[in-house]
Amino acid sequence: MTTLTKGPPASGTPTAPASGDGHHPKRDERRAGWVRRAPLLPALVFLILVTQFPFLVTVWYSLQSWNLVRPGSRQFVGLSNYVEVFQDRVFRQAALNTIVITGACVLIALLIGLLLAVLLDRPFRGRSLARTMLITPFLVMPVAGALLWKTTMFDPTYGIVGWVLSPFGLGDIDWISQFPVGAVVTALVWQWTPFMMLLLLAGLQSQDRSSLEAAQVDGAGPWRTFLYITLPHMRRYIELSVLLGAIYVVNTFDHIYMMTQGGPGTASANLPFYIYQRAFLGFDVGQAAAMGVVVVIGTIIVATVALRLIFTSFTKETP
Amino acid sequence: MSTQAQTAGDSAGTRPSRAPRAPGRTPSGGGSKGTALTVLTWVLAGLFFFPVFWMVVTGFKNEADAYTETPNLFFTPTLEQFATVLDRGAPFFVNSMVATVLSTLLVLVLGVPAAYALSIRPVKKTQDVLFFAISTKMLPVVAVIVPLYVIAGQIKAIDSIGLLIVLYTSMNLPIALWMMRSFMQEIPGEVLEAAQMDGAGLMKTWRYVMLPMVGPGIAATALICVIFAWNEFFFAVNLTASAASTVPVYLVGFITSQGLFFAQLSAAATLASLPVIIAGWVAQKQLVRGLSMGAIK
Repeated sequence: MTTLTKGPPASGTPTAPASGDGHHPKRDERRAGWVRRAPLLPALVFLILVTQFPFLVTVWYSLQSWNLVRPGSRQFVGLSNYVEVFQDRVFRQAALNTIVITGACVLIALLIGLLLAVLLDRPFRGRSLARTMLITPFLVMPVAGALLWKTTMFDPTYGIVGWVLSPFGLGDIDWISQFPVGAVVTALVWQWTPFMMLLLLAGLQSQDRSSLEAAQVDGAGPWRTFLYITLPHMRRYIELSVLLGAIYVVNTFDHIYMMTQGGPGTASANLPFYIYQRAFLGFDVGQAAAMGVVVVIGTIIVATVALRLIFTSFTKETP
Repeated sequence: MSTQAQTAGDSAGTRPSRAPRAPGRTPSGGGSKGTALTVLTWVLAGLFFFPVFWMVVTGFKNEADAYTETPNLFFTPTLEQFATVLDRGAPFFVNSMVATVLSTLLVLVLGVPAAYALSIRPVKKTQDVLFFAISTKMLPVVAVIVPLYVIAGQIKAIDSIGLLIVLYTSMNLPIALWMMRSFMQEIPGEVLEAAQMDGAGLMKTWRYVMLPMVGPGIAATALICVIFAWNEFFFAVNLTASAASTVPVYLVGFITSQGLFFAQLSAAATLASLPVIIAGWVAQKQLVRGLSMGAIK
């Protein structure tokens, strides 16, 4: 910056050159600010309107007793919906399922993804074909993937899984009704492992080769090199993968809807699916809204911690 | 591309220029241990790819061939299932295409200027805006589905593609902002200054200086938006009934009739997934950047 008049505080960004041609400086500054903001405003207003406004309405609905199939039932009831939500055994189970499904899926996908990333980081013939094959599950439409797992894979009579496991005496198991959560997690892991792999592979490939060579020269074996050099370098990539993976997986709806419908009973319902049931099968607007608010509050608590993480990894510059 | 002679097939996905490998790790794997690792890689790749392979293969069967207790690979392929799916599913595919294309265009119309205001000529509260954008992605959509349903019902927007377009735009806009911002930040400030010094106006600078530089980034962003919009299910299944239903909703129809239509549902799943699979294969490199919202280059 060359000619900075003493008035405006330097904001760290290159401001338009102060105009000394008779305009009121303050008004000019304000105008410049709006000129700067103008391209942003449509997007911002749109986002606030479409994402924030409905949420405020959710809060409003959550204070009412309102069932869509009973016209005239709508009335203000204060916080009683919330009391019911916390007393609801199924809601607690759905919350627990959400944690189990998200945690298991992210953890398993991360571990397999890391293994695959390490394997793909070595040169071998046909590597890009192997990589292409490995990312494909992520590109399959989630609803289609879930449908396939439910039918051609897990079907008790004609499914591939039963056929493969029949030599081990596990051929006639109806995986989806006996292990609904496990079946959903399997399909989710299949879908999300490539995602983890891709992000982690990018991390491995951004490694400084010379420090790896130096470690080798110093006599560190591949395992020690991985443990003491690669893993610390990978830390922010792992954090990022876990965080982004969790954001997507925690909202899982497609797989549960397609594979188990939350069943048997409510054994495999997660929060998104249970709220959907209350809203669109029970038509209980007030209850569903209250659950939505509780979920958002929970998410905010987790997200505040997570966002701090993501921001440190986003702002730290890659070498 | 890299100057060193890599195998031809290697150029598609992997980083372009890689320094030659450290001594001790020979290019083709390094002894029996390397071979074992390569074999393991292929086994895992086969395992992960198998359901996709099976989906495509089953799509070419007739139902009798699809229902065998021992899976069979030898059968007379038929296009019958694909024909049926294309015939019955056509309206769903059209709806998906309209919703995907128009919402992606809307994302770009809103997002490109906004990303400009978050990177090249950044507003003061850039960090806050970015924080807000990403936080909207963290809020679970179930929390807003009830009012969306009620409001849409009041303005007669249930079962309309317009509603899906608006929702998909809001779903993808935050990702697009982060992504395009990361591309725009890579434009060196000197280049823009030089353009200004040469007397180029905003439109000219945009057309001749910035667009060529961020064009590929915008294309990558559009691709990610297309993937997410094409695959979206939650809004589609809850807010459409028949007229505006998209491909994922079409696939739901195969659950109720499940038990008899393996071949047909496989054909449907194949066709439903095909656009995104091809797009993803072509743009593997941009995929990483998009999925990490621009954080990983």
